[in-house]
Amino acid sequence: MITLGIDLGSNTIKTVVLEDGRDVLGSCVRKSGYDTKIITDECVREALSQAGAKFDDIKKIVATGYGRVSCDIAHKEISEITCHGKGAYFRMPEARTIIDIGGQDSKVISLSDNGKVIDFVMNDKCAAGTGRFLEVMATALGVALDDFGEISGKADKMIDISNTCTVFAESEVISLLARREPVENIIAGLHKSIASRVLALASRLRIQEPVVLTGGVAKNLGIKRALETVGKINIGIPVSPQTIGALGAALHAYALTLK
Amino acid sequence: MPKIDSNKKLRNLMKKYYVKAKLGAKYWPFTKTCWITSGGPVEILIAMGITPIYPENHGAMIGAVKMGVELSGEAEKLGYSQDLCSYFRCDVGQAVTQKSPVGGLPRPDFLLCCNNICGTVLKWYEVQARYYDVPLVFLDTPYNYDGLNDDIVNYVKEQFESIIPEIEKITGRRLNEKKTKQVAQYANEGIKLWNEILSTCENVPAPMTCFDAFFYLAPIVTLRGTKHVVEYYKGLKKELEALIAQGKGAVENETYRLVWDNLPIWYKMRRLSKTLASYGACLVGDTYTNAWADNDINPDDPFGTMARAYASVYLNRNVDAKIENFTSLIKKYKADGFLIHSNRSCKPYSFGQFDIKDEVSRRTGLPGLIIEADMCDTRAYSDEQIETRLQAFIETLKERKEAS
Repeated sequence: MITLGIDLGSNTIKTVVLEDGRDVLGSCVRKSGYDTKIITDECVREALSQAGAKFDDIKKIVATGYGRVSCDIAHKEISEITCHGKGAYFRMPEARTIIDIGGQDSKVISLSDNGKVIDFVMNDKCAAGTGRFLEVMATALGVALDDFGEISGKADKMIDISNTCTVFAESEVISLLARREPVENIIAGLHKSIASRVLALASRLRIQEPVVLTGGVAKNLGIKRALETVGKINIGIPVSPQTIGALGAALHAYALTLK
Repeated sequence: MPKIDSNKKLRNLMKKYYVKAKLGAKYWPFTKTCWITSGGPVEILIAMGITPIYPENHGAMIGAVKMGVELSGEAEKLGYSQDLCSYFRCDVGQAVTQKSPVGGLPRPDFLLCCNNICGTVLKWYEVQARYYDVPLVFLDTPYNYDGLNDDIVNYVKEQFESIIPEIEKITGRRLNEKKTKQVAQYANEGIKLWNEILSTCENVPAPMTCFDAFFYLAPIVTLRGTKHVVEYYKGLKKELEALIAQGKGAVENETYRLVWDNLPIWYKMRRLSKTLASYGACLVGDTYTNAWADNDINPDDPFGTMARAYASVYLNRNVDAKIENFTSLIKKYKADGFLIHSNRSCKPYSFGQFDIKDEVSRRTGLPGLIIEADMCDTRAYSDEQIETRLQAFIETLKERKEAS
């Protein structure tokens, strides 16, 4: 039985095609643009073609993420917190704390032994400590975001950069460039800045290990390193961390078929 | 909630109060008008026939009609920081523009400030005393760091001995003992009735939600000590009891009972109440409206009991007392969880909320959610963010219910 999960994030749209609530047959990540509907359709088609399935084969669809309410093909919409909880627990059942850093929000979720969400916190109305923060910095530095992880690996120190405001941090980065600070140290500093912001958020809950990092930002290994260094914790990253929310949605869709 | 007569009656009561206050101050030379803080000893004013005006209640009205940003902006233009209390900023804004749902507040003859609700009010009232060039009378109520003690009560009581002659001198009126007793009697009756009204929500399903209670609160704050309040609340109580008898709940299919902490988010009352109702969630109790429900004013010792009451209002108590109070409300109303509004404006109310949340969760075994907003300033609010958090919170409540 095929179910579909769609995660309509602020930055990207993710889809996961799941068989029998067990096997991921296809998935897709696309930059969300002006017309969410068209991109969602493309994303669904791509995941289905990987799965070798047709739209009509799908039994249930669940949408999550900021655009979830406007997704008219979904049978149900569920918050990204519940979906990330379910997705992360499916991939790594040992997970007790999830740190998810997405395009415009970061959240920390505590899971019970049976994978239920016990508590969660999300960032305030501010982009510092989110993927958007790194995107802005990538533009300021003239470095591709995808290279951040590798470049920061060469850093010999993490420069202190303010994490209170993306705009202020950007002007700080420009000043650092003007002072000819090595770019790898600046990027490592940015990672540290995000890590301490997210860990401050996490400390509102009790951080219980194992900790799992999900969301698009998890693809950047520099963030994992920074979280481990600043928080003195070990971080696990599941397979395909960016599609964990969509996977959770697909699992929910499967649960709906059983009702 | 089902339509009841008390809604219309309240609108009329408040309309009459504002019209009378405004016209009196403008056209009737013998009228004496005093601006007073929400935790101030209004009984003294009522007993002396002085019209009390509450800039905070007015601020709530400004917030509810979404004029908060416009009027705050006026204060910000004068140099007041956006980080200051939005009630204060709105009050400055309405003073300089005479804009508000009631066309601005009537000019005060003097101000009566009590610092039992926050420290901001002192500076706020100093600003307004200078602006209107009127005297400021101040009642100091020390914060109950280690709980309430007799020294605090006596210190507050002694101040009545100096502020009453001060008010008498400003207004040329005398406070008479018989009238004071009567006002204390009405105040006490009003408080008891308000407590009983809030307690109707112990019933499952609750006949009203806190969104209704936030609205019904106005009389006990602004007109406490008058017989109008007593009469109004008697009628309201009767109507709520009738709803209970008919088995009518405020929220259809009430499934989740939640307790609220902090002031309402005035400009989102309708939207939040709809969102919560769509999940079958009902706000059955809150710390805010209950702050006017647990005082005891004895007509035989009005000043002693008033001193005790005013010195120990909710916001003047320490974090331990807040935890106790919140926990007991959650138990009283048989709640499934709780919502905490971290209010950018109200620092004494929002202070310590993360610890309060942890401890209340530990004591009750129930989950809580903190949402960040502001009572009047819509700039501190984001629909998407708050509603995602609420949805996720309800989903966790649902899983808990299903698991048990």
